[in-house]
Amino acid sequence: MIELAHVSKRYPERGDALRDLSFRLEAGEMAFLTGHSGAGKSTLLKLIGLLERPSHGSIRVGGEDLARLPRRRIPAHRRRIGMVFQDHRLLAGRSVFDNVALPLVTAGMPRDEIGRRVRAALDQVGLLKLERALPLTLSSGEQQRVGIARAVVGRPEVILADEPTGNLDPDLSREIFRLFERFHQLGVSLLIATHDLALIRAMGHRTLVLKQGRLVADAIPRPPAPQAAPEPVS
Amino acid sequence: MSARGPRWLRCLLTWAGEHRRAATETIDRLARAPLGTLMTVAAIAIALALPATLLAITDNLEALADDWRRGAALSLFLAPELDETTAEALAAALRLRIDIDRVDVISRAQGLAELREHSGLGSAVEQLPDNPLPVVLGVYPAADLTPGDDVDALLASLAVLPGVDFAQADAQWIRRLNAILSLLREGVLLLGAMLALGVVLVVGNTIRLETENRRDEIQVMDLVGATGAFIRRPFLYAGAWYGLLGGLLAWALVDAAMWLLQAPAGRVAALYDAELQLTALDLRQSLSLLGVGTLLGVVGSRIAVGRHLARLRPV
Ligand SMILES: Nc1ncnc2c1ncn2[C@@H]1O[C@H](COP(=O)(O)OP(=O)(O)OP(=O)(O)O)[C@@H](O)[C@H]1O
Ligand SMILES: [Mg+2]
Repeated sequence: MIELAHVSKRYPERGDALRDLSFRLEAGEMAFLTGHSGAGKSTLLKLIGLLERPSHGSIRVGGEDLARLPRRRIPAHRRRIGMVFQDHRLLAGRSVFDNVALPLVTAGMPRDEIGRRVRAALDQVGLLKLERALPLTLSSGEQQRVGIARAVVGRPEVILADEPTGNLDPDLSREIFRLFERFHQLGVSLLIATHDLALIRAMGHRTLVLKQGRLVADAIPRPPAPQAAPEPVS
Repeated sequence: MSARGPRWLRCLLTWAGEHRRAATETIDRLARAPLGTLMTVAAIAIALALPATLLAITDNLEALADDWRRGAALSLFLAPELDETTAEALAAALRLRIDIDRVDVISRAQGLAELREHSGLGSAVEQLPDNPLPVVLGVYPAADLTPGDDVDALLASLAVLPGVDFAQADAQWIRRLNAILSLLREGVLLLGAMLALGVVLVVGNTIRLETENRRDEIQVMDLVGATGAFIRRPFLYAGAWYGLLGGLLAWALVDAAMWLLQAPAGRVAALYDAELQLTALDLRQSLSLLGVGTLLGVVGSRIAVGRHLARLRPV
């Protein structure tokens, strides 16, 4: 699904943010991306979302070489990817419904279809009741769930999340991760950057560790002993 | 749900609906900041009204000059010994030429009457023992001859006809008038081009501020996969509205200017024994004014949003 080969990213004057990075994320796979601050996690996600281009190496998403993607096809590429941000990036002036509808509206989807899909997405994140609310009246966790609903409403093949639980308390974080797990079970590929090692260990998915721009580990962490029973998925 | 019709039709309707929504939403947005909108619109209107007023004035002068030109005959003074029958024959021959519209024969008696009437000599003329005037042919050049070169050539060809003593055209002032009119036209074009650039800059700057204010919104739209066209759309509509409203106000300003100028222009015309009814912009010109305003608004806003997007999306 996502395939990186010898990818480097150099910022002029700042040096290498990523160095010779290669890995594959299969369709339907869920993986975590971790490492110290400044290790290059956000940079990697930006390259995959084509917010920036790599200095070297190639990135393929769904078999498509991003280097060959002309500017005008980038919007379509972004719609195949759902992005979740630590700071939510919601539009303060628009209702929850309108925020979630944005990817569909920009894609020119018929109104009736938008209504159905938005409500389905809000239902998945448990916010159907709040569709008319403005984002700033919501709690941080609710805002993040709106962000997730917006990321999944276009039925993307991949979800990229950059520290989606960065400023949430542990309970809320677990709730968000459970939500991601549910999309994983629906067959979506996920790449989630996070510092939350406890959660990573608890969930037992593949984890990529970056250190100063290099991939230094790629493994499924040993589950903590004694093994916790898998969370029931409702 | 209203899932009627094939999907492409619903997509088309959605697309049209999006445009309508963008158009109405932007006008709402402008209406919510009436003072700022008014200032932008007024700046555009003044920039459009200046060349448009000049254009209207030039058009009026042109119409006036056309009348004068058409009224200007070439005078052929015939040899004194030629009588009126010969003169009529010559006139009939001249009427057959395609470069001549009309020929009037002014008999000696008519000439004398005119002299008595207009010269102010009055009864002094009566004292003349003989009528000293020759027969004169008033030759009106065909309308498609350009005043100036063509008419000069015609005059030269008439001057050498047998029986013609000399030919005269009061062409000097017509040539001057033409030169002044074409200078005015060029001036209008130049001024228009400069002020059009002004309109583009005014709208561009207004839209630039707007894109700065809505930077977050634009960025989020870009992140969730909005196309450039989608992001630009509301701004282009805003530019179009500014231009259209500016054009409407400019049209009103031109009308007002022509109304105000009517009295003084009439007084000037009266000095030249002419009547001058100033006309404002005709329908085609009015529509052009609105169209040009709208177009300039769109261009200005397209440049501003384009620059903003280029900075926002380095990829
Ligand atoms: N736009 C940029 N211009 C210059 N340097 C940048 C830019 N973005 C990131 N960097 C640099 O690249 C390196 C990696 O940054 P990145 O944001 O990817 O780290 P991160 O792993 O996401 O860190 P954090 O956990 O703090 O979010 C850092 O040294 C950073 O300073
Ligand atoms: Mg980061």
